[in-house]
Amino acid sequence: MFARLVYESFRRQKRRKMLAGAAITLGVTVATAMIGVATDIGDKINRELRTIGANLVVTPQEDSLDVEIGGVNLKPPTDGAFLSEADLPKIKGIFWHNNITAFAPVLPVHAAIQREGKSEDVGVFGTYFDKTLSYGKEQFSTGVKSLYPWWRVSGTWPADNSSEVLLGERLAAKLNKKAGENIALSGRTFHVTGVVSTGGAEDDQLVAPLSVAQQILGKPDAVKRVYVGALTKPEDAFARRDPKSLSGAIYDRWYCTPYPQAIALQLTEAMSHSHAEQIRQVAQNEGAVLTRIEGLIFLITLAALFASGLAVSAAMATAIFERRAEVGLMKALGAGKFAVASVFFAEAALLALIGGAIGFAMGSALAHRIGHSIFNSQISISPVLLPVILAIAVIVTFAGSALAIRRAVSLDPVFALRGEL
Amino acid sequence: MSVPISHQARDLAASRAHAKPTSMLWRMLVRAAILRRGRAASALLAMVVAAAVATAMLNLYVDVQAKLEREFRNYGANIILVGKNGASLPANALAQVDSTLAGRGIAAPLGLVVARTKDGQPIVAAGVDFDRVKQLDRWWSVSAWPSLENPHWSQSHKEAGHPGLIGVRAVPLVSPKSQPFDLSFQGKTLQLIPAGTVETGAAEDSRIFVSLADFVAWTGVQPSTIEVAAHGSRAELEAVMNRLAQAVPAADVRPVRQIMEGEARVLGKTRATLLAAAALIILTAALCVLSTLMGWVFDRRRDFAIMKALGASERLLNGFFAAEAAALGAIGAVVGFLLGIGIAAWIGRANFHAPVAPRLGVLPIVLIGSMAVTLIAAILPISLLRRVQPAVILRGE
Repeated sequence: MFARLVYESFRRQKRRKMLAGAAITLGVTVATAMIGVATDIGDKINRELRTIGANLVVTPQEDSLDVEIGGVNLKPPTDGAFLSEADLPKIKGIFWHNNITAFAPVLPVHAAIQREGKSEDVGVFGTYFDKTLSYGKEQFSTGVKSLYPWWRVSGTWPADNSSEVLLGERLAAKLNKKAGENIALSGRTFHVTGVVSTGGAEDDQLVAPLSVAQQILGKPDAVKRVYVGALTKPEDAFARRDPKSLSGAIYDRWYCTPYPQAIALQLTEAMSHSHAEQIRQVAQNEGAVLTRIEGLIFLITLAALFASGLAVSAAMATAIFERRAEVGLMKALGAGKFAVASVFFAEAALLALIGGAIGFAMGSALAHRIGHSIFNSQISISPVLLPVILAIAVIVTFAGSALAIRRAVSLDPVFALRGEL
Repeated sequence: MSVPISHQARDLAASRAHAKPTSMLWRMLVRAAILRRGRAASALLAMVVAAAVATAMLNLYVDVQAKLEREFRNYGANIILVGKNGASLPANALAQVDSTLAGRGIAAPLGLVVARTKDGQPIVAAGVDFDRVKQLDRWWSVSAWPSLENPHWSQSHKEAGHPGLIGVRAVPLVSPKSQPFDLSFQGKTLQLIPAGTVETGAAEDSRIFVSLADFVAWTGVQPSTIEVAAHGSRAELEAVMNRLAQAVPAADVRPVRQIMEGEARVLGKTRATLLAAAALIILTAALCVLSTLMGWVFDRRRDFAIMKALGASERLLNGFFAAEAAALGAIGAVVGFLLGIGIAAWIGRANFHAPVAPRLGVLPIVLIGSMAVTLIAAILPISLLRRVQPAVILRGE
């Protein structure tokens, strides 16, 4: 009898059930989409923040002091210690290797260039453009192209391991050279594939593949610094603790959290005779920006959950209020308060489950769509969330119906049937 | 059951016959609100909540740009002035930059020379204005700032030498035991007392910083660079750069591109996400109001039928329900607007540690939106009921 009551109610009142179900579906859609966006926004903004450049730098451990003004090192390039290029792929072998978005080695050297019959000194910035490396079985490519997205090249990017170079825009203007021409450098001829504009010291320099800079310096395998872009967790008090003072499980927790300090330590371990450090201008501020944006989206998600909860409650209250006559009839036939309430709650639960499942699917699609159109990457919602969302949908639907059901079951059947309430 | 009409009632009827027809409408509106308090209150509550959420979202959307721009200014300079061809900037350049910025940003001068330590090691010495650097480069990790009214800087210290800030990588070279040390530049010597160390992870770690006054007196070199952190949108910054180029013709004005572009990207994406969220939330809230109100109006089909049976014209009925809906929408919008400003201010305080300024421009949008939603919610059920005979409704079918 109970099952028949519920079944017939759905069969006969299709329009009303559709309306209430639509409200639940909409509410769950919005809630799912917002939860999806909120849980993923940190990662998405973190990736956007990587466009500001590297947040970690690896230098040789026993390096001598830099004497650098305006990006030009005034010390002889052979001075001091070097890192080994052969160690670079190991960066992809550290614990947080998936968080390393890009890295680029740097070897600044000087070379003589012929201009108007005179020999002039010019800075050569040796680096990777988009070099393919392999660590174990994994292949990946990295370089300034992905690490410094604000570098603009008119012409084409040179190939790594070639004798192609880029000219900084101010240097190109000074030398009156354009993309496609050749340039003589320390007795060798190089092909200029493009002119690069960076807004920094590289505008006055020549940007060459790392191998070219190594040949000019006469030190194969030498790298002066490695700039690393990593997705990090905003620093907190725990992050600032000295890892040497931590013990056992606490150290493991520190080491296995993507703090800038922890990733720096792992980089130091990966490369021999190196010292990695955070670039505070980038690393410190991105934490603050990230926290603010995450906080904002979190609060807005709360607002969205509240609004969708309210919408579901309002729809349920209206749906039940419209069925006073039915309640009156059931009670006149001898149904108790419990029996009437359980019919309504069963209907509400059924509606919540159906609406919740459809809403979850639609919300996932919506989150996917938002991720695609705003961030050009996926926001995927784990299916593990489905039971949680369904449970929330049932609870909110019950909460929304409770007051209306209480009012409905305490109706006097006589008035209800006469339609006078 | 009939009651004889009393004299009082007849007088009342006579006086009402001369009353303006609008007074009846007014009375019906007030009575409708009072008699069905519960339902009217729940409809109003839904309206208030929807208007509050909409106001808060719109306010936040307008304000988040300014709030995040402020966060991004912690990244330091977004514009750099460099003397053309490596020359020093004129002595009045900083004053010119300050007057151009007019309080909408901070400028910090920087002078650099290569000095020598006692054993002839080259090292970069920088002259900076410590007060300005402290505001501009907030990420500097400094153990103790010199010159900032530091009580440790007693008179005896000042006689012993000039306070300097030492980059962490330079510490072992010049002053491993924080003892006073000498730097020389073109034969002139400056005696320095280490006041503290600075760590940034960049070029600053290998430098020694002295106050600009000491730097100029020692080297005779004017600063060659001014770093500027200017507030404003991309277009405003372009305008600031043009004005700076005019104010200081001896300088190349360059944007710090990674900061500007990174900021523009993150701001754009955040605003887009916020807009999508705002649209979803406002849509949900509006539908919530729509369903509540439609239920309320539908519930009153008996009132509608009685009015119609008593001979009310379609126009009057529509007008009555429309006026009721408009009043509900207007009251809900105003109350919700005030509540929404409060919510936005609270979110601003909780998340950005600065309240979100109320935008009065949002009020007309919320008002018109609310009234539109309530009107739709009232007119839709009425147009459905219009086709039904009053007798059918009154019989409760």
